[in-house]
Amino acid sequence: MAGLHKSEFANPVINWVESRLPIFTMMQKEYGVFPTPKNFNYFWNFGALAMVTLVLMIVTGIFLAMNYQPNTELAFDSVQHIMRDVNYGWLIRYVHQNGASMFFMVTYIHIFRGRYYGSYKAPRELLWMLGVIILLLMMATAFMGYVLPWGQMSYWGATVITNLFSAFPVVGPKIVTLLWGGFSVDNPTLNRFFALHYLMPFVLVGVVFLHVAALHITGSNNPLGIDVKSPQDTVPFHPFYTIKDSVGMCVFLMIWAGFVCFAPNLLGDANNFIPANPLQTPADIVPEWYFLPYYGILRSVPNKLLGVCMMFASILLLLALPWLDTSKVRSARFRPIFRILLLVWCLTFVGLGICGAHKPEGVWVILSRLFAFYYFAHLLVVLPILGKLERPLPLPESISNPVVRGAMGKVAAVLLIAGGLFGMQGVTPAHAEEEIVLPQQKWSFSGLFGTVDIASAQRGFQVYSEVCANCHAMKYLHYRDLAGLKLEPEQIKAIAAAVTVPQGTNDEGEPKEGPATPASQFRSPFINDKQARSRNNGALPPDLSLMINAREDGANHVYAILTGYADAPSTMKMQDGMNYNKYFPGHQIAMPQPLRDGQVTYADGTPTSLDQEARDVVTFLAWAANPEQTERKQLGVRVILYLGFMACVTYALKRKIWAAVH
Amino acid sequence: MAHSTASTDTHGHPADPSKRDMLELLAGASAALLGAGIAWPLVSSMNPAKDVLALSSVEVDLAPIAAGQGIVVSWQGKPIFVRHRTPEEVKAAQDAKPGELNDPQTDAARTKPGHEAWMVLVGICTHLGCIPLGNKATDVRGEWGGWFCPCHGSQYDTSGRIRKGPAPTNLAVPPYAFESDSKIKIG
Repeated sequence: MAGLHKSEFANPVINWVESRLPIFTMMQKEYGVFPTPKNFNYFWNFGALAMVTLVLMIVTGIFLAMNYQPNTELAFDSVQHIMRDVNYGWLIRYVHQNGASMFFMVTYIHIFRGRYYGSYKAPRELLWMLGVIILLLMMATAFMGYVLPWGQMSYWGATVITNLFSAFPVVGPKIVTLLWGGFSVDNPTLNRFFALHYLMPFVLVGVVFLHVAALHITGSNNPLGIDVKSPQDTVPFHPFYTIKDSVGMCVFLMIWAGFVCFAPNLLGDANNFIPANPLQTPADIVPEWYFLPYYGILRSVPNKLLGVCMMFASILLLLALPWLDTSKVRSARFRPIFRILLLVWCLTFVGLGICGAHKPEGVWVILSRLFAFYYFAHLLVVLPILGKLERPLPLPESISNPVVRGAMGKVAAVLLIAGGLFGMQGVTPAHAEEEIVLPQQKWSFSGLFGTVDIASAQRGFQVYSEVCANCHAMKYLHYRDLAGLKLEPEQIKAIAAAVTVPQGTNDEGEPKEGPATPASQFRSPFINDKQARSRNNGALPPDLSLMINAREDGANHVYAILTGYADAPSTMKMQDGMNYNKYFPGHQIAMPQPLRDGQVTYADGTPTSLDQEARDVVTFLAWAANPEQTERKQLGVRVILYLGFMACVTYALKRKIWAAVH
Repeated sequence: MAHSTASTDTHGHPADPSKRDMLELLAGASAALLGAGIAWPLVSSMNPAKDVLALSSVEVDLAPIAAGQGIVVSWQGKPIFVRHRTPEEVKAAQDAKPGELNDPQTDAARTKPGHEAWMVLVGICTHLGCIPLGNKATDVRGEWGGWFCPCHGSQYDTSGRIRKGPAPTNLAVPPYAFESDSKIKIG
């Protein structure tokens, strides 16, 4: 059928394009007048929300890639460069980092919607299978993205996940070497993960296109799960669902902005603020929350190969779901037993996630096995049999004449999912050793609207400079950054000029030193880690730039360590050169008590008790770890108010548009 | 927007069209503003970062530069020519008549009072960005004894003013100041 398309648009430019490439007709057909069942509930928002998330992830990712360095020597530093120096770099990165979690939240709810209302059944099997492939691609992309910041969790996550493939007999180790491009996770691995992390989202776009194309052939399912019978059952996609999706989008963006601006690291792990160290695994290694259920399945099986196979099977099995479920009735509303069992299955999924967050010991092993058993039994045994035995409730005549009203099951489902997600997050990994309870202090910077107490942080900088800086570097800070503590340019210049730092080489090529400038990094007390260790009894004084983020409950942790020195109990055998500290894990710390009453003299006359010094230095460190925090919270208030306003406007408009249909 | 009204009209939409138009306008405008709000930080992130801006000044020690010699230092990633002119070169630069110049500017406007021997220039040809020759006494310096651009033959005099060739304007003078008689700070 060659030849120009017959176009009937009034605008001559559109007409010209249209007759050669009828995209306007297509958009009009697929998104304008596209007949869509009129009884969608808000669960039908989540496909559009996933699309919005994918676009925002790609856009923010491209801008991050402009400043990121995929090299093991530079990756961690370049992320700090993005966070501290690039204009709005912290915002773009936090949107991207939290975006991964938002993407999975939205997608899991979208999948649940499909499961609950039977959207995977004929004729939508292929649509569903494309969805499972999208989930797999998302997981691969998220995993590789998590490796890029090159923190401890990045490194060890990459090691553990790539080692999964070593479980396969004969070829396993060869596959792993191939993935690594070496004999351990290293620079070649990081390079290729970056290349693939950039590529995969575009593959994802391609599969999403097929997913949507397939949807537009079969048409959408709906909460009743019955076919569209007449035009009375449908409304045009635009404006009815464009506006409804817009309402959902505003609310969704509010939640996303809430995470970004008020709790950007809530879903992350403190260990990832420590640069990757191939010689030391963190004590608790836990994947991101969205992988926990699969991790739970992996660990519920005592055999390595079987565990890996079960984990892959847990997702691949979903491809067969349209044939495993033998019932012809789609919506769970009309399948009372299926509905309960599906919710039970969802609970086991959440339960597996909670198990995945705990060390595999004691009750957690038993629970994870129970949950894993039901996970598979539900798919392989319950669904095929239930479809034959269950007697469904009578189906309504048509969408426009629903004899049976939808029950409140969806409300329960939303609560279940939300509860599950938060439940999974709420669990802190159980420690095998004795639990140290940190006394909780009041901090100026904590809470939703807390801001850094500048005077205290300035005093803390003094404590750092006079005491801590003798052993601890803060390499991500520059003297110019002190402008954030409201120091004047002249003061900053003077502070910098008083410090001598290495300044490249002189004309004879010898290393030379000179006074620092505002552009200089904070002076490091040691040339390198080796020197630091040899001068500190073998222990490496850690860099303090990110210390508050790099420990669970960082501010209280550092405060407790600084004030927690005491005489060792007589029962404890102290190692040579170690000091007793109530709050240090293991109670033996190499650092001698750094702060005491009257250690420094404050210019503003603040009394120099140990408590005050510790408080000030923690405030300074909290500012140093997140210098953007005050700006971030202020932006958060504005963004959320704006989106709230937009949500109200779109909701009002939605009411108006839908008034005729309801 | 036009289509939206059309399609709802077919559904016999009853209520108060003016209120709905207003809401549509408000929703459209706020969505546009949201889009701009998302684009702004992204575009802004492409501007120089704080570390780049912080390195925007450099100090140069003039003591080792003999009369008739020039050196090149890097400032903001650009080559900066610092030339110690001989008295003859200074005189030639000062004596040039405005009528002879393509981009008339006095030598005094291009040097610092009391330091006329020192010429500080951004060493980028104003034609298409090549680096002219002429800092070393042995370099080709062109007919006016200043700088000569090898790419398309632009010739600059000892004050860095364009005298011949395709370049449209004089070599730029960067912001700089004398910290002492033998030290300048560029930027």
